[in-house]
Amino acid sequence: MTSPRPTTNVADADPEARSELEPSSESTPRLVPPPAPASVPDSERGALESKRGVSVRLEQLRAFYGAAEQVKGLDLEFRPNEVTAIIGPSGCGKSTMVRCINRMHEEIPGARAEGRVMLDDLDVYDSSVDVVAVRRAIGMVFQKPNPFPTMSVFDNVASGLRLTSQRGGDLRGKVEAALRSAGLWGEVSDRLDEPGAGLSGGQQQRLCIARSLAVDPEVILMDEPCSALDPIATLKIEELIAELKRRVTIVIVTHNMQQAARVADRTAFMLDGKLVEVGPTQEIFTNPNDSRTEEYVTGKFG
Amino acid sequence: MSAPSGSSDLLGRFAVSPARRRRDSLARGSILAATLIALVPLVLIIYYLLLKGLGSWSSSFFTTDPTGNTFFKSSSIGGIKSAILGTVEIVALASVIAVPIGIGVAVWLVEYGRDSWFAHTVRFFVDVLTGVPSIVFGLFIYIVLIVGTGSTYAGYKGAFALTLLMLPVVIRSAEVVLLLVPGALRESALALGAPRWRVIFSIVLPTALPGMVTGVLLAIARAAGETAPLLFTAGATLKTSFGLGSFMNSLPVQIYSDVTSPTASVEHRAWGAALTLVVMILILNLIARVVARRSRLA
Amino acid sequence: MEAASIPSGGRGLLSRSPLARLPDRALKYGLTALSALILVLIVYFFVRLVGESSPAFSHAGLFGFTFNKDWNVNAERFGALPLVVGTLITSALALLIGVPVAVAGAIYATELCPLRLRAPLTILVELLAAVPSVVYGLWGIFFLAPKLRGAEQWVADRISFIPFIGGGLVTIPNYFITGLVLAIMILPIVSAISREVMATVPSDHKEAALGLGATRWEMIRMAVLPYCRSGIVGGAMLGLGRAIGETIAVTILIGDAPQLGSHLFGQGYSLAAVIANEFGEAQGLHRSALFAAGLVLFVLTLLVNGLARFFVVRAARGGSTTPTAGVGDGGVLVADAVSGA
Repeated sequence: MTSPRPTTNVADADPEARSELEPSSESTPRLVPPPAPASVPDSERGALESKRGVSVRLEQLRAFYGAAEQVKGLDLEFRPNEVTAIIGPSGCGKSTMVRCINRMHEEIPGARAEGRVMLDDLDVYDSSVDVVAVRRAIGMVFQKPNPFPTMSVFDNVASGLRLTSQRGGDLRGKVEAALRSAGLWGEVSDRLDEPGAGLSGGQQQRLCIARSLAVDPEVILMDEPCSALDPIATLKIEELIAELKRRVTIVIVTHNMQQAARVADRTAFMLDGKLVEVGPTQEIFTNPNDSRTEEYVTGKFG
Repeated sequence: MSAPSGSSDLLGRFAVSPARRRRDSLARGSILAATLIALVPLVLIIYYLLLKGLGSWSSSFFTTDPTGNTFFKSSSIGGIKSAILGTVEIVALASVIAVPIGIGVAVWLVEYGRDSWFAHTVRFFVDVLTGVPSIVFGLFIYIVLIVGTGSTYAGYKGAFALTLLMLPVVIRSAEVVLLLVPGALRESALALGAPRWRVIFSIVLPTALPGMVTGVLLAIARAAGETAPLLFTAGATLKTSFGLGSFMNSLPVQIYSDVTSPTASVEHRAWGAALTLVVMILILNLIARVVARRSRLA
Repeated sequence: MEAASIPSGGRGLLSRSPLARLPDRALKYGLTALSALILVLIVYFFVRLVGESSPAFSHAGLFGFTFNKDWNVNAERFGALPLVVGTLITSALALLIGVPVAVAGAIYATELCPLRLRAPLTILVELLAAVPSVVYGLWGIFFLAPKLRGAEQWVADRISFIPFIGGGLVTIPNYFITGLVLAIMILPIVSAISREVMATVPSDHKEAALGLGATRWEMIRMAVLPYCRSGIVGGAMLGLGRAIGETIAVTILIGDAPQLGSHLFGQGYSLAAVIANEFGEAQGLHRSALFAAGLVLFVLTLLVNGLARFFVVRAARGGSTTPTAGVGDGGVLVADAVSGA
């Protein structure tokens, strides 16, 4: 099969330049307020080099558990190098929708999805596409931190590379780079051989982020990554998200509207398996188009 | 019923009647007594095993083959060397076959079969196997490997009978442990882009390992004590044999034949062999328990 | 993050070479084939067993084989009634003696005993499961039977007025001693299943009973036992299955007399024992009759274990509100397989 998407090498990494070279699909480029300056210590900086991410576009996505339809025909685009937050009441299908993007949804017995998920111009549900490759390109961070219990900190980060048979090269360097990117290197550099499960909850979650960063994905999906963490650990993850979007496209599902307001460039509001509204975060929270969005963000329901 | 006003009588109003109190202590007493009765046989068995078994242990007991002499007091009846070696060889071969197959089937049930009708059928048949009397396994192997091939008893045929016996134990215990491996671990490995076979070998199996070792050791311990499936598959013999293709002695069969042709000295050998067998099985059980305690799951 | 970027042409393609997909397919189909093989083997064994035993059945008829009371090898008359009766009497005795003791032990371990003692007590009872069958036979015939003979004779004389039970001369190997040793052998499994079901009784049920002012025993009777009834029945049935299939200990203890024992303290035979004892030198029709005895035994245990499974699964369903009855049932059955060995 052919993929016209140009290779994204770190060499040609200026995001502005790249988006000019590559005519972005149909949306007009929207100016986004620059993210709040992240307070990542200088020692950790430099680990992240900017590069052009890829866009993800859902087209008439529908997801089922057996006969029950959880996601009911969704059209939505996640723009490159942006953070898009998905908000909505419990059970509105936001987690299901995110799990459809890297085809994790189909791992649940009886679950299936219809429609298209376009990664730039490639449908991840196309029959010629390998599920395993999709998941390498689209990383995922789960609600509860889940480092592999049999592995050390180092092995946890290296696991992605080992599991995907990318042993070659400088494993140690890659692990260190991933840990630096996740803002965890300073805290764990002297205990790489200790079990990953021995870290604190917030560290474990950043370890999981480092684990997905190590395989160098284009998109990272986060399914309520902070719901099991305390406020300080949450803040660290949020700072990290702001850093990460310089090189990947991020989709974050959250229950916490303040969090959406803090980290997201754009926010989508879902209700009952359908998209109600999507737009710049500020607009969604201050001047939404739909009355249901307004009711939700002002706390009248949900 | 007039309520007395004194505070000591206030509780007295709610006090348990003497009859109820008596019934309570009677019931608790009998439960305790029954529990103690349950432990009596254990104590007696261990006491007699040690008393009689240790008496017959000697260095030559473990280093000589039984001679088959049961009549003449003047000559030696021999030890149990061939029986110990036979048990070890047969059980080792049975484990080498049963453990990979059993774990393979358990992995299939948990990772691939799940709730499909085929998986339910397999589970049902494994449950059927669990309940089959051990002597029937002996019959199965006899029909297929002895009637079927027109040949005679051999050590490996006994091992096959024990394999059938171990399989359901290994499958069901491994399945339970594999189900305890959190789904989140599989999901995060899959989300990293790992192919399923790698997730199974690098994440699921290592996490489940200690629990599976426990189940395997208990299955081995069970197989080591079985007599019935060996009687007419591996046969009984006196001589030490290293080839699994010939008749092979084993501890349980040796004990059985000593019990059924009793003279005092042969009975003595049976106790010594029984103590040896029980010690071997207890060691396996002990290791299984220690490993189970180390397990990260459950 | 140059270090982490992997120069691979396939990345943008989202596809791997067919070769990379091969191990996944191989593993999946290999394991499926393995599981299918188990099914095929069991069915094959069963069919062959039926085939080998058919001469005996056609000789005496299915009904005649099972209910004829004459087992005479020299006359080539094979009626399995004495075997079936021996199996049933000894197994019933085992249940009668073993289950109350096992359940009492389980109640004590889960409800009454000091927390400190719980683990050691459980381990001790489970040690009984580690003793091989042949050792029970050895211990029973050389220690227990001679020691109890006097007491048995005394009881037999006192109850000699009850036909088929009392009276007669007590032999060292007999039905009663076999049942008693079988009772000890099924203790661990019945006890383990009972303990497992009792552990699932919700503590609010128990606290509700205690809160009403119930004594401990009243609480056990009101809250624990009714909740566990079907689990205990299931455990007892599993024990029954074990007792029916038990071979070597029974062969040693029952006396191997091819007749209907005249009374409870007399010698008899059982289905499993006849195979163990006679198979070695059996030929022709005799061997076929022994295969037939094995088939009857197989079907009998199948029925009993099916019933047991029904009760245990029902108990597991009642015990857990989650829809994962399959898991619960697996757990209980494995406890059976593992601890009751």
